[in-house]
Amino acid sequence: MKLSGADIFVQVLLEQGVDTLFGYPGGAVLNLYDALYKASDKITHIMTAHEQGAAHAADGYARATGRTGVVLATSGPGATNLVTGIATAYMDSIPMVAITGNVGNSLIGKDSFQEVYITGITMPITKHNFVVRRVEDLAHILREAFRIAQTGRKGPVLVDIPKDVTGAMTEYTPAPPVEIPVRQDYDQAAVLHAAQIINSAQRPLIYFGGGVRSAGAGEALRQLVQKAQIPATYTLMAAGVLDYGDPLNLGLLGMHGSYTTNKAASKADVLIAVGTRFSDRVALDPGTFAQEATIIQFDIDASEIGKNVEVDCSVVGDAKVVLEALLPHIQPAVHPEWMRQLQSWQSIDYRPKDHTDRLTPHQVIGAACELAGPDAVYVTDVGQHQMWACQYIRHVKDRAFLTSGGLGTMGFGYGAALGAQAALGRDQTVVMMTGDGSFHMNLNEACTAVSYDLPVITIIFNNQVLGMVRQWQTAFYGKRYSSTDPHRKTDYVKLAEGFGLKGYHCETVEEFRAAFAEALASKKPAWIECRIDKDEKVLPMIPAAGNVDDIMMS
Amino acid sequence: MNKQVISVLVDNHSGVLTRISSLFGRRGFNIDSLTVSATNDPSVSRITIVVHDDAKVLQQIVLQTARLEETRHIFVLDPAVSLFRELLLLKVEATQANRSELREIGSIYKAKIIDLSPESLVFELTGEPDKIDAFLKMMEGFTILEMCRTGITALERGGASEHLL
Repeated sequence: MKLSGADIFVQVLLEQGVDTLFGYPGGAVLNLYDALYKASDKITHIMTAHEQGAAHAADGYARATGRTGVVLATSGPGATNLVTGIATAYMDSIPMVAITGNVGNSLIGKDSFQEVYITGITMPITKHNFVVRRVEDLAHILREAFRIAQTGRKGPVLVDIPKDVTGAMTEYTPAPPVEIPVRQDYDQAAVLHAAQIINSAQRPLIYFGGGVRSAGAGEALRQLVQKAQIPATYTLMAAGVLDYGDPLNLGLLGMHGSYTTNKAASKADVLIAVGTRFSDRVALDPGTFAQEATIIQFDIDASEIGKNVEVDCSVVGDAKVVLEALLPHIQPAVHPEWMRQLQSWQSIDYRPKDHTDRLTPHQVIGAACELAGPDAVYVTDVGQHQMWACQYIRHVKDRAFLTSGGLGTMGFGYGAALGAQAALGRDQTVVMMTGDGSFHMNLNEACTAVSYDLPVITIIFNNQVLGMVRQWQTAFYGKRYSSTDPHRKTDYVKLAEGFGLKGYHCETVEEFRAAFAEALASKKPAWIECRIDKDEKVLPMIPAAGNVDDIMMS
Repeated sequence: MNKQVISVLVDNHSGVLTRISSLFGRRGFNIDSLTVSATNDPSVSRITIVVHDDAKVLQQIVLQTARLEETRHIFVLDPAVSLFRELLLLKVEATQANRSELREIGSIYKAKIIDLSPESLVFELTGEPDKIDAFLKMMEGFTILEMCRTGITALERGGASEHLL
């Protein structure tokens, strides 16, 4: 069957089971959009306000479902607008296929209108990228892109398609979806060695990250925690993998983790790191991090072993496969003395104080969780609200706390929330938490929420300043608030109305509850602005490159 | 820190070298030299990289490069069983007065004279990097007009390498 490049593009997406993609049309992708138009009964294209929003939406789609997100943009500025979204996905190992159009082959390299060397630009922020020079290569390259995005440590892949390739005809042979076999191999001797270390531990601690979620290893991890009664702490990327109510789930580790988790890491005699990369927001000082511990590291990416912190025992492999291989060799154990020690740290740990005269972040988040119920999906932007969300959201299930961890992309949230909502359907409650700083970056995606009737509820923590930067300026820069207090006069209620959605403004928890309940019941997109104090802080905090001895609790 | 020679077999695609240099730039890996050569398999190129790094950095270089989609094999060459060669082209100012002295030094190092003009001559020398270093040391007393040194290219001794699959 002879098809055009554009029709082959659509056929391969359908082969791979793509039901939704996000994007923005333009000159170089006109043929692709024409093919999508013809296939609109099989594949939904969501057009965002800006390509960056589309990239974050594809990312949010992937984070919420585990499937590969797809984003499409035109050449030149369309392609460069994807860059932040691709880098965000790369840093958090999110499977994504980004398709860009380019000028025709004959115009490449001539500084043609809307021409950019996007494969060069995205080389360091993709797992791999391709230019499709011949239509005969198109189907194969697109399939390769899906394979690479999902294999091993997941990540984004970009495919750049010159315009003439989308118009040229060639033979198309359908193929089944790319099957990604889970990596089964691991070093059995290393697993046995790890088990031996764990079995002899007095003060063990599991420290896990996004790799556990990515591998679907939550249940295996839970079994390890329960079998040997090992307390666990997680990174931002793994919130929700373990149940909050479990006393063995200690909470967030690192810069804004608790005193208890950071103390536990510094005093543990065995640290079991699963699917995590000892980043500078966790191992703030790699020299003193977990210095009393024998460190075991499980990761699918060999280059992560010992990259940031030296480890004593490591197993390269799929987190689920390796944990399942480990479990039979783990002896049931209890660590009563260690648990008593942890409880004594918990008793003096930071607790936010309730207020009745003003809105506090933890009270807003608590009320939102109560009203949204245990099945809600939460998405954040980046900054103070992101840390509060991770600290105070309860009832999070797996793949239901979506946040830009590695790149820390302000403006990530709205696009990602729309992508998650599109993936999970309109009946899914999706709550986006943002700050007034982050929200201003990409609030234009409100029009997308309205156009496609995606009922994301946005909670804006409005402290009128760039709170996280201000917090650092307060602590380390003598309260010189350089460019963090912009005196914006944005009226969120009016702005929301201007976009065609409902806006609320709240100053008390009661007002917030009423607004949130109404927004939930309406099944329509809404914004809820919560005024909070500009000197509200994220606590505890360990300064960059410090350790638990430097923790700030007030 | 010792000199280490890394051999990378990569897909012979345009842009592979850019990917490798982009990776090295991004991760802050410093290299002494890098050469790209054709191999007996037209679909494969061999990149030979020389670095001066401790074991930890060397391990990161190997593992990060291995992650690239177009890397087929990567290994650190063991100097005891490997052949290292470099090519030097050296243009030296040569007058009637010093031409014979230059020829004498050249012949000791088995350097070929491949161009001769009234004012200059060009040496071609192939050998182990140490030999080239030594030859260049001898040339310090002369006026070097231009120089080009290829960087190391290397192979393991003996039968087909276990790395070549």
